[in-house]
Amino acid sequence: MVACRAIGILGRFSAFRILRSRGYICRNFTESSALLTRTHINYGVKGDVAIIRINSPNSKVNTLSKELHSEFVEVMNEIWASDQIRSAVLISSKPGCFIAGADINMLAACKTPQEVTQISQEAQRTLEKLEKSTKPVVAAISGSCLGGGLELAVSCQYRIAIKDRKTVLGTPEVLLGILPGAGGTQRLPKMVGVPAAFDMMLTGRNIRADRAKKMGLVDQLVEPLGPGLKPPEERTIEYLEEVAITFAKGLADKKISPKRDKGLVEKLTAYAMTIPFVRQQVYKKVEEKVRKQTKGLYPAPLKIIDVVKTGIEQGSDAGYLSESQKFGELAMTKESKALMGLYHGQVLCKKNKFGAPQKDVKHLAILGAGLMGAGIAQVSVDKGLKTILKDATLTGLGRGQQQVFKGLNDKVKKKALTSFERDSIFSNLTGQLDYQGFEKADMVIEAVFEDLSLKHRVLKEVEAVIPDHCVFASNTSALPISEIAAVSKRPEKVIGMHYFSPVDKMQLLEIITTEKTSKDTSASAVAVGLKQGKVIIVVKDGPGFYTTRCLAPMMSEVIRILQEGVDPKKLDSLTTSFGFPVGAATLVDEVGVDVAKHVAEDLGKAFGERFGGGNPELLTQMVSKGFLGRKSGKGFYIYQEGVKSKNLNSDMDNILASLKIPPKSEVSSDEDIQFRLVTRFVNEAVMCLQEGILATPAEGDIGAVFGLGFPPCLGGPFRFVDLYGAQKLVDRLKKYEAAYGKQFTPCQLLADHANSPNKKFYQ
Amino acid sequence: MGPQIFRKTSELFLPAASCPRYKDLMPHDLARAALTGLLHRTSVPKEVTDYIIFGTVIQEVKTSNVAREAALGAGFSDKTPAHTVTMACISANQAMTTGVGLIASGQCDVVVAGGVELMSDVPIRHSRKMRKLMLDLNKAKSVGQRLSLISKFRLNFLAPELPAVAEFSTSETMGHSADRLAAAFAVSRLEQDEYALRSHSLAKKAQDEGLLSDVVPFKVPGKDTVTKDNGIRPSSLEQMAKLKPAFIRPYGTVTAANSSFLTDGASAMLIMAEEKALAMGYKPKAYLRDFIYVSQDPKDQLLLGPTYATPKVLEKAGLTMNDIDAFEFHEAFSGQILANFKAMDSDWFAQNYMGRKTKVGLPPLEKFNNWGGSLSLGHPFGATGCRLVMAAANRLRKEGGQYGLVAACAAGGQGHAMIVEAYPK
Repeated sequence: MVACRAIGILGRFSAFRILRSRGYICRNFTESSALLTRTHINYGVKGDVAIIRINSPNSKVNTLSKELHSEFVEVMNEIWASDQIRSAVLISSKPGCFIAGADINMLAACKTPQEVTQISQEAQRTLEKLEKSTKPVVAAISGSCLGGGLELAVSCQYRIAIKDRKTVLGTPEVLLGILPGAGGTQRLPKMVGVPAAFDMMLTGRNIRADRAKKMGLVDQLVEPLGPGLKPPEERTIEYLEEVAITFAKGLADKKISPKRDKGLVEKLTAYAMTIPFVRQQVYKKVEEKVRKQTKGLYPAPLKIIDVVKTGIEQGSDAGYLSESQKFGELAMTKESKALMGLYHGQVLCKKNKFGAPQKDVKHLAILGAGLMGAGIAQVSVDKGLKTILKDATLTGLGRGQQQVFKGLNDKVKKKALTSFERDSIFSNLTGQLDYQGFEKADMVIEAVFEDLSLKHRVLKEVEAVIPDHCVFASNTSALPISEIAAVSKRPEKVIGMHYFSPVDKMQLLEIITTEKTSKDTSASAVAVGLKQGKVIIVVKDGPGFYTTRCLAPMMSEVIRILQEGVDPKKLDSLTTSFGFPVGAATLVDEVGVDVAKHVAEDLGKAFGERFGGGNPELLTQMVSKGFLGRKSGKGFYIYQEGVKSKNLNSDMDNILASLKIPPKSEVSSDEDIQFRLVTRFVNEAVMCLQEGILATPAEGDIGAVFGLGFPPCLGGPFRFVDLYGAQKLVDRLKKYEAAYGKQFTPCQLLADHANSPNKKFYQ
Repeated sequence: MGPQIFRKTSELFLPAASCPRYKDLMPHDLARAALTGLLHRTSVPKEVTDYIIFGTVIQEVKTSNVAREAALGAGFSDKTPAHTVTMACISANQAMTTGVGLIASGQCDVVVAGGVELMSDVPIRHSRKMRKLMLDLNKAKSVGQRLSLISKFRLNFLAPELPAVAEFSTSETMGHSADRLAAAFAVSRLEQDEYALRSHSLAKKAQDEGLLSDVVPFKVPGKDTVTKDNGIRPSSLEQMAKLKPAFIRPYGTVTAANSSFLTDGASAMLIMAEEKALAMGYKPKAYLRDFIYVSQDPKDQLLLGPTYATPKVLEKAGLTMNDIDAFEFHEAFSGQILANFKAMDSDWFAQNYMGRKTKVGLPPLEKFNNWGGSLSLGHPFGATGCRLVMAAANRLRKEGGQYGLVAACAAGGQGHAMIVEAYPK
């Protein structure tokens, strides 16, 4: 199985998850009939408290758009002008969402940095006025309060949040390559302290309500309510509003102070930050860390540091100005466009384009309790699927069960689950050695060893015991599904579900349909994947499908580069500095040398010379010496339990020396080495689109970034072609073609794009 | 309708309140007092008792089968088996219904059921680490092994482990859950305080009028004799309004004044097959006509047991709300009682959560907990069930009704209801 560990940058993309849509019905609470003309915001008055309700029409989430902004300004002006109103509560009518952030399309529509800067400045002015409001405004937060939504909330005088899992606060702008542009960079350091503010803004992480309370980001928590005389969600929001009203009144009457008691540590930190020398050290440390992690490939984090620094050192006027200008600059960068493209792609890949399946999968069976099988089990029981985990041996099964338990228990340690929830989730798992209970299975996912005859055997065994409607999914990284399905009595029920390792961390699921796979089978597989929390691309069957097929030529090039005498460490640093989260040599070790060899042989046979380059003998020799990568403790590197720093495996020197080939100086500069790897990847990806393996470029980009660790800052192979220029890429390919031949011949679709500059994968 | 189950007099004892003078006692001391009180009042011959069952919640490890220890101490025959049951606040109910089951199945004719709780002294354990160390030390063979074990000792091992007050599955305390429940049903602070005041006033009135006749005086060794419940404190709404919320601060509604208080106490009751009782010349007091147990979500519906159990037990017994003359509900919190009222009065709740077409219906307040309840009389977890049944039976006698309905909620999201029928005079 192709196992890619994408850590670091890629891991941070999980923050996108919260932006996924939730199935809530929008309701419109309106009390004051005179104000119904507004579409996003309305307000009513209870006693002397104005209740401002945000509810963007025809959307599951509220976003800060131009319309919402201008309506908010109108409403606030009326509230400030009214004699009757003494305080206000700001609340969303959508249960799962306060405000999910700024409207990305609004930014995307801007043509110049100045336009974006202007948007930022308008927002800054509004929020500054709100911050200085003499009538206290209480933000009552239920659901996601992110980006611009959080900036709005922190400008209010008081914040009350629901303490549930849906309520998260954060500044995910950095993940889109921009910065909090509505005063967030200036207010957050004052509110939560400089170090915590940096952490929020530079990681973009989601902060749960209870944590936010501890940090000082919210002032009060409200526990979610259970059923009463109304649905729980509805009553909880109502209760939040009631509590917020009492606090709004208390603030207006000066019975409650908006100031928070700070803890000792907080006080000490605040004091330390008043010392210029300490501040300089903090900036320096943070900047160093950012540079190390981003390799200078992401401009947003550095600008965030810069803007915060400007605000603190030169006063807030300078800070606000700097924030709006840098916001404008960042929104126009390639990196930002790439990251926003990924965001859109991810939203797309969180939908089931096949519609709802006829029958919901409730009982799942997994064959093989290896790393993959157990991983799939973990993400399934987690979501309430009754899961059978079957293995051939008790030892294998025990290992798999332990893996699932450990995965859940780690969540308990991180306080994401209670031990009780862990136990109750774990009871969804049944470990067994036989086919008992398979008669109830709605879907079987096999994750047995990658061997066609073995897969055939289990398919036949399973088909003898499962009900007619049951889907058979194969978790394979390279074996064509149609070949597996060849022995099936019901090939329309056979599909490929290619998970990535570690399954609980990697978000991608590649679903492979054959000519015969029915639409309902596809709908079922996507529905299960979505339930498991995956981002899903659906591709056509073929050797290596999409992901493995793109990776293979790059891996072949990795071998050639190593044969040419580039040290694995140097190769790793070249690839990571290009933006890959894991170095190329390390990747081979992580995937497993035997697996890489297996894939290289299979795909080599299928695609011939185009997949050539490096000598597969290198992998063969490594396998024969037992250098299988991380799992065997030795690969290109030596892996020891508890030892973090990796040392090169000196036993590899002989193998590498025996297979050494002379490098070609004209294509061996550092940059050329990077591009030799990337162009082969990109060329193959474009070919997959050309051949119809891929349905859309967006799926290609999501697959490459989330499954293979393609640099997120480049946005995926297709976005990269658009932003870098097809012509320039073709030129590079031709240069390498001259040196090495066919492996670098640009595919037709790429050549077409180069020939007509107007052609783009994303219009 | 099952076999006619007869319950002779119960005469439980309940000198309440966690007063300091109890702290030297052990649970079986209280249980024993309840048993001797029962023997005295009923003058049932000890040897005819076939079985003894007690309910308890927080177990004293030395007397884990507290029923047996108390029975032996009270002078019951050592040939009479006894066991202890636990089901949170409905442990005594479980003791009674277990007894009913033994009689119904022909195993026994005469059963004593009761409950006990001693909150003044609860088992506080060493920490897990310390326990492990001590157990390992026990097994260590050589001095060297012992020394190496002792060297692992850290000061934090000495931090004690208190009995959990929070629900194990949700880690939420009951008061916190009650506050959320009250909020879910939009029960106001004032409503809760008013209800609590009613409970205390009615209890005071009942006490003054001598209606709480089920109480047995208890002589604390070396101290005074406790003769009545000492937690009944009618206050004023103004005074109660001054209290700060006890669980959800600063804006919650459940306070010390509108919650039941934890006390020490024990109860006991004599349950007999009707023929046996008549044959022995007893004048029965009431039938335990029917009962039911329910359970639901321990997070959001922790205390809604009465709402679920009431319609079920009525249907089972072929009765309606109108047939009931005396309601005795366990008052864990004012907010809990009022939330249950609102749930019982809601078609929406009945349709969406109970699978019923129409609402359960509201018990008329004039028939409800007329002699006070757990809010004013106190709530010794394991013993309360018998007190509820006894109060229902005594009220039926006093007020002349036929049917009483007892209902209670319990930790774990469980609930219980029982129909008590007055024995024809």
